[in-house]
Amino acid sequence: MTKKNIIPFGPQHPVLPEPIHLDLVTEDEKVIEAVPSIGFIHRGLEKLVDIKDFQDFVHIAERVCGICSYMHGMSYCQTIEQIMNIQVPERGLWLRTIWSEFSRIHSHLLWLGLAADAMGFESLFMHTWRLREYILDIIEMTTGGRVIFGASKVGGTRMDINSETLSYIIKRLKEIEPEFKEATSVFINDYSIQHRLRGVGVLSKKEVYELGAVGPVAKASGLSSDARKYGYAMYSKIDFEPIVEEDGDCFARCSIRVKEIFQSIDIIRQCASQICDGEVSVNVKGFPTGELFTRVEQPRGEVIYYVRANGTKFLERFRVRTPTFANIPPMVKALQGCQIADVPNIVLTIDPCISCTER
Amino acid sequence: MDKQEFIQIEHNSLLEKVYNFSQDGYRLVQIHCTLLDTGFELNYSFDKDNKFVNLRIIIDKDQEILSISNIYWSAFLYENEISNLFGVKIKNIVIDFNGALYQNSKKAPFAEPKPASEKKE
Repeated sequence: MTKKNIIPFGPQHPVLPEPIHLDLVTEDEKVIEAVPSIGFIHRGLEKLVDIKDFQDFVHIAERVCGICSYMHGMSYCQTIEQIMNIQVPERGLWLRTIWSEFSRIHSHLLWLGLAADAMGFESLFMHTWRLREYILDIIEMTTGGRVIFGASKVGGTRMDINSETLSYIIKRLKEIEPEFKEATSVFINDYSIQHRLRGVGVLSKKEVYELGAVGPVAKASGLSSDARKYGYAMYSKIDFEPIVEEDGDCFARCSIRVKEIFQSIDIIRQCASQICDGEVSVNVKGFPTGELFTRVEQPRGEVIYYVRANGTKFLERFRVRTPTFANIPPMVKALQGCQIADVPNIVLTIDPCISCTER
Repeated sequence: MDKQEFIQIEHNSLLEKVYNFSQDGYRLVQIHCTLLDTGFELNYSFDKDNKFVNLRIIIDKDQEILSISNIYWSAFLYENEISNLFGVKIKNIVIDFNGALYQNSKKAPFAEPKPASEKKE
């Protein structure tokens, strides 16, 4: 009988920008079980609603994550607006859609860079992050921030994008899109990358559904799940279909993210061609009452926001279920039966955001 | 989200109801806990074809409940979080961190009531 060993993986590891620990139970080179440990940096942000005004809390929500910060702020505002029956002006909703898609592009480019680095493609890593800078430049030009946009507020957006800037953005996207295609084609076509990712960490469609996987992890296994199809912000007026792959392996998860970059560029173009003039926000009066769930499609998948309010300026309960939290059980399942050498790639293709998870 | 349904049930019928959801093909979306004056409220959210249903149980502070992780395996993470942050006693979790999922300096930090000064406003 083969002897079992327990190999610790993380919280410090070259493929992990943030701390998560796995106890890998192995037999020879094969992982037979993985036990995850999180909680090294848990911040307890949800509890801050006890002492933060519900309008000020947008700034906390934006700091749940440093990658999808805008979408956290927007999700929070959207939840409060729905509970208070606030009608955000249409232009504000178009702007939210545009900034959401820029967030998705920069998040996926960040991930592609990390993936390239993990697989030893140093130049590709630097190219991908150079391209990400283009997107961050556009975000900085329109919001003043590169990481925390500060563009969301309950009732709409804090800033507008004028028509000249919007035209420049569309022109700029046209200029940089060929560079995106050139860099991302390496992820799709390179033999070494395919060799490392194809057939590794496979999750079936049934498994991802039963385990509650979301985002590219679910889509890579054939599950067409995308919260944008529920039509929040202005997605109901956007022509798009969720990108889905069937293989359920690491390569499929990588491929989804590559394709979503170009889909997001297309969505931004659609927004620019349909955006209307007008106000970007409305004044908010009164305090929220009641309870509500909302969901938004972040780069890593569906995020769930829950708010319960009692008619005072402090919320009774605020809850956020981040996509990475939902994707940890599928990651653990994907690790079962894999080779030790494949563990970093499997963990990486889940795109774990521990900052979100440790909200 | 179009439809949101909240169904309050007794805590001793939780497993039966959750099992029915699993048999009907619902996905477990999340579990969360809310601190009440006399105990806790737990919400189990399920989704199928954009139908969002929440099972709600209300329990006393010292009440022990059964884990649903034998039905929905992925529930173990949510249940450990609730056990860790609120101190809710949950029995038979498939992977039980025994209240140590998060490395907090304080035990059950979310079970602390809201400061009185903020509560009045």
